Amino acid sequence: MAATQEEIVEGLAEIVNEIAGIPVEDVQLDKSFTDDLDVDSLSMVEVVVAAEERFDVKIPDEDVKNLKTVGDATDYILKHQA
Amino acid sequence: MSPTNRTVVVTGIGATTPLGGDVASFWEALVAGKSGVSLLEQDWAAELPVRIAAQIAVEPSEILPRPQARKLDRSAQFALIAAQQAWKDAGFTAKAGEDQSANPDRVGAVIASGIGGVTTLLDQYDVLKEKGVRRVSPHTVPMLMPNSPAANVGIELGARAGVHTPVSACASGAEAIGYAIEMIRTGRADVVVAGGTEAAIHPLPIVAFGNMMAMSKNNDDPQGASRPYDSGRDGFVLGEGAGVIVLESEEHAKARGARIYVEAVGQGISADAHHITQPEPSGNGIAHALQNLLDNTDLKPAEIVHVNAHATSTPQGDVAEIKALRKVFGDDVDHMAISATKSMTGHLLGGAGGIETVASILALVNRTAPPTINLDELDPEVNADVVRGEARQLPEGQIAVLNDSFGFGGHNVVLAFRTV
Repeated sequence: MAATQEEIVEGLAEIVNEIAGIPVEDVQLDKSFTDDLDVDSLSMVEVVVAAEERFDVKIPDEDVKNLKTVGDATDYILKHQA
Repeated sequence: MSPTNRTVVVTGIGATTPLGGDVASFWEALVAGKSGVSLLEQDWAAELPVRIAAQIAVEPSEILPRPQARKLDRSAQFALIAAQQAWKDAGFTAKAGEDQSANPDRVGAVIASGIGGVTTLLDQYDVLKEKGVRRVSPHTVPMLMPNSPAANVGIELGARAGVHTPVSACASGAEAIGYAIEMIRTGRADVVVAGGTEAAIHPLPIVAFGNMMAMSKNNDDPQGASRPYDSGRDGFVLGEGAGVIVLESEEHAKARGARIYVEAVGQGISADAHHITQPEPSGNGIAHALQNLLDNTDLKPAEIVHVNAHATSTPQGDVAEIKALRKVFGDDVDHMAISATKSMTGHLLGGAGGIETVASILALVNRTAPPTINLDELDPEVNADVVRGEARQLPEGQIAVLNDSFGFGGHNVVLAFRTV
């Protein structure tokens, strides 16, 4: 069953917490991964791989650069999840 | 004094070792003659011919924040912990620049490792085989590169005068400190954080060293396995950890009112050009390094009262070093208290020069030579005054210590420190 927007944000928050140590409550739709959440370009690759597994979605490398905020990633996953 | 001949001093020390997670606990255990060697309880060790090692006393995960630790190879974690201790010990309250007593453009970092991020390399290869391409960590390259500990320490402390990683196997840590002394002496930097780190307790390095017949296989008596100078020695015991010091020009240290531990007198370097793993048996290569030390500094043999020997507990190496000391210093060796601290710490490879420099500095400051443990029957070829069993007091007055480090490849590095 496809995940809801709320479930995706919650999942991304857990992933970002694991990788960058940011408290889960700080991971909100309007937050930028690099500017607000201490996720650099290498850690972003980890976030993407973890999100792919968790939400059963493929995020090709060329799409990763468009995922600037948690909202961008959430929309992408909503649209593309299997 | 000209900028190319500046006096260099030590103002900070840090260590995380098999004997203790900081300098105080490390020194206490060294003087007490404790062994840091234990049986490897990990599942992977069960079938190995060598199942002993000197494992770190305090796991880095207890100290470093998890998001930072997971992007660092274990060798860089050790280095960062030891460097942070040394930096704080030197009296700096924040990274260079934020603490205005250190100008980042005049601060360097030289941290070496003999093998680099070997556990990251091997673990990520396992990930590739078992879980596939996508799961290999994007942090793999910056974790496994040998300059990673130096680069991470440099970033953490704001070192912009230059960050370096000399690699010379088991002489690496000492070579890093020697390099740092030269950076300051020649005026490239005022403050340099320097030392060595190693984290190679993993089945592949253990099996590989074991197949070279270089390691002790005394699994039945882990604490008695590392026995430098003893007639029954059968190889070294692998250890892990890091030792890092803060070196500074005397002028800079005095201007900021820093506590000065000792003077870093200088270094002697040579190469055997003999064999890729075996030491030149007559000790000529090592003697050349010792002679270079005397020729390039104002050190006098009469003031050397203590030697922290390389002495890894291998049959050939231990004797070659003593022969070299005799060749260069003659009867002066008789007043040198020789300690083989690897009898307690195991052999930290590229980290050895780091923790043994810390031990050498503390020996001067406390005027105490740590013991060599497990020395039941002195090898008759070792005609020198080895400190056996218990620590020994060192004389009053101006005294100096040598810290010897030698590495596969025939690298010989001797460092000298002196009381101030």
